[in-house]
Amino acid sequence: MSTVIPSSPDRKASLKARIFGTPSVGPFLVLLAFCIIFALTNPRFLATHNLSIILQQTVIIGVLAIGQTLVILTAGIDLAVGAICVLGTIIAGKMVNLGYDPVLSMGFAILVCTAAGLSAGSLISALKLPPFIVTLGILGILTAALRLISSGGAFAVRDPFLAWTGNTMKLGGFVLTYGVLIMFLLYGVVWYLLNETKWGRHVYAIGNNPEAARLVGIPVRRHLLSVYLGAGLIYGIGAWLALGRIPNADPNAMQTANLDSITAVVIGGTSLFGGRGGLIGTLIGALIVGVLRNGLTLAGIDPLWQDLVTGILVIVAVALDQMSRRKN
Amino acid sequence: MSDVNSPMAPATLSAPVVLEARNVIKTYGHVTALAGVDFELRAGEILAVVGDNGAGKSTLIKALTGALHPTSGEILLDGIPVHFKGPLDARHAGIETVYQDLAMAPALDIASNLFLGRELRAPGILGSVFRRLDKKRMRQEAQRAMSDLKFRLPSIDNAVEALSGGQRQGVAVARAALFARKLVIMDEPTAALGVRETGQVLELIRSIRERGLAVVLISHNMPNVFDIADRIHIMRLGRRAAVVTPKTHSMNDVVAIMTGAATA
Repeated sequence: MSTVIPSSPDRKASLKARIFGTPSVGPFLVLLAFCIIFALTNPRFLATHNLSIILQQTVIIGVLAIGQTLVILTAGIDLAVGAICVLGTIIAGKMVNLGYDPVLSMGFAILVCTAAGLSAGSLISALKLPPFIVTLGILGILTAALRLISSGGAFAVRDPFLAWTGNTMKLGGFVLTYGVLIMFLLYGVVWYLLNETKWGRHVYAIGNNPEAARLVGIPVRRHLLSVYLGAGLIYGIGAWLALGRIPNADPNAMQTANLDSITAVVIGGTSLFGGRGGLIGTLIGALIVGVLRNGLTLAGIDPLWQDLVTGILVIVAVALDQMSRRKN
Repeated sequence: MSDVNSPMAPATLSAPVVLEARNVIKTYGHVTALAGVDFELRAGEILAVVGDNGAGKSTLIKALTGALHPTSGEILLDGIPVHFKGPLDARHAGIETVYQDLAMAPALDIASNLFLGRELRAPGILGSVFRRLDKKRMRQEAQRAMSDLKFRLPSIDNAVEALSGGQRQGVAVARAALFARKLVIMDEPTAALGVRETGQVLELIRSIRERGLAVVLISHNMPNVFDIADRIHIMRLGRRAAVVTPKTHSMNDVVAIMTGAATA
């Protein structure tokens, strides 16, 4: 991001700076480049069928990355993303299999996920522990607890309500699952909160300069608590979407969700140092990961290469962020 | 101290007292930070607070803005005793502080920083139910606040981090001026600035006085203090050693009082 602040303001320069200074333009160009490359090398890539598969594959990471974005914007990091989401699937699945009402079960599971987020938030805001350590601890605790609850193994969850998010609808030849719609709806709601409300403004301010936020009277601790609580709620909804995609509750699932969600956030242009970035970038970031995996699979390339390319993308994204910060 | 008619010090000694401290003591264990300090700020004046390191300047300011609670003594705003529980209380009472580190979110734009913590919501249902910010109005008011102070910026849409040190200071001062109803306290506002920017900030402080607000200026920079202050409150060993005016005393006099080499 070049900063053009001379004594004489140059309108053209500032327009250019605004376009290229907008955090999500870079990621969008990367997404576009990947799409063009895959479309040129494989005609099947652009088939509507394939595009809706990409979206379906993006849903879970896409939704988890919303919560991760909120946390990272406050200069935190959430390593318990996947574990909390899996907790939701196990609780809902267990309860339904025990004969409880599916709506009640899912609702309770989402509530527990929210509570998990709230407890992470309490430890971070009240005891001022580093988010990295708190969420790493919760990851460890949940991983063990989940295996104990489910006695070690995965189990099938057959319930039409829990699987509803995997149902499809047609939208002009385009097949969408309700899960995809819920994902876009969540992006819309959280985008509004982040960009159009005081709450969102304060999320940025706290991530950017917590001391300033305190001095201007923002209740920093309470605000952080609300961020982790909201993130937990989103992971709970993610659990419902996960059950819609695969009707299976598996304590060992989503082991890569932490890295994948952080990847989506970071290559979407949100800074790991907090206070910069946004949700549009994260959606693009999640799509980049989805498109990359899909395109490489279509090309018949070993899945290991997908992880390798994703890893390179993360490092490049963080390096670019660092460089732009140093310039400032 | 008797030049009431001086053109440099308009309305100083005749103006009502806005903020007053009486015999304020602050001790930490057996360390005495304030040893019974008196303080008096009059409407429409620029009062500089000077003193050596450890003389109690910042402790005094913190006591006045509610950032700490005095061990004993009284603080009066417009003649009425006040007990601030924190900086927010002082702000609600009409006292704004410009902190040395400016208390800004550098990645946010100027308007967002001006209204940080005091954002305006859109009128009607959009604001009350959907909690929508009134970005347009905040932008307009930010623009007006800056032009009221005759402070020119390249664009109100810039992130604060894209501004120079002087411009940032200008935004911080404008924020205080926009919300202060009684007085503005400034902690070393020119400490990190070059000569030209210092001049601009001093000009800003004068325009705040012109708007009828009283200003407390904490500064180490004697030439600045003598350039701009109506009166100078000199701290020494946790007490007010003297209050002088730039008309009656020289910089050497003030330094002598600060160090205890002379009395007023």
